[in-house]
Amino acid sequence: MRESRFTRGQAATKLPKMTSHKRLHSKTYLLILVMIIAGPLGNLMLGKGMKNVGKITTEISSPSEFVHVFVRILSTGAIWMGIASLLTFFVAYMLVLSWADYSYVQPASAMAYLVVALLATLLLGEVVSPLRWAGIAVICLGVFVVGRTNPRTTENP
Amino acid sequence: MLEVVFFSLIVLAGTGGELCVSRAMKQIGEVHDFRPTALIQVLVRALQVKWMWIGIGLMTLGFFSLLAILSFENVSFVVPVTALGYVAGALGGRFFLGERVNWRRWAGILLVCVGVTLVVIGKS
Repeated sequence: MRESRFTRGQAATKLPKMTSHKRLHSKTYLLILVMIIAGPLGNLMLGKGMKNVGKITTEISSPSEFVHVFVRILSTGAIWMGIASLLTFFVAYMLVLSWADYSYVQPASAMAYLVVALLATLLLGEVVSPLRWAGIAVICLGVFVVGRTNPRTTENP
Repeated sequence: MLEVVFFSLIVLAGTGGELCVSRAMKQIGEVHDFRPTALIQVLVRALQVKWMWIGIGLMTLGFFSLLAILSFENVSFVVPVTALGYVAGALGGRFFLGERVNWRRWAGILLVCVGVTLVVIGKS
């Protein structure tokens, strides 16, 4: 830790633009990667967990029944993994927004559509339609174009 | 009429909430230290910023609007509005956060919108 801080200080005097620029890019990419994996994974696990809980009848007649369903939800392991995954997503989102533009992060996180489709085919054995793949290809192209802009266009106070 | 209200709420409250969270995090400043204790400190500090709570409130409103509209409309009818969220996000980034959205970023965002719409059509 100390050493990296030292090199950072040194870099600031020698190569101010290039080094900080590069670090900014790589930590932005890394956190967006965490977001696009943790988000869909969390939703998937929540979905699985809720299916394990079973169908919740639309009319929960008594408060005790409500508590019963609630306890059943909270005692499902997949639910907790889903919550942990979504929390990871949100923390990564907050962190990346502490330096990067929202108008950069929001479109870039649309790469999650690719992850969702991959999870659907590889883990759930679902068939993804050609039109959906085409849409995902267009999204990837869009993210590539956005990715070629500077992640931060404002000065931090 | 009710649909229009809920649609606008999903787009404006959902995206607006994220914009507020972004504003709060800009106020916190760039995070350099990623050790767990340092991250917890960042989170605690973020929860003391007014914009963070406005953001969480708006995101919650957007989420419940989505649930509400799903109770009387099909998913396939509702989800294309999420594509509009990217346009709203870029406009918010430009005017609320003062980001410079150049033509290249606009082009990318519009491609993402088209792609998301295709994905939604391809799902149904």
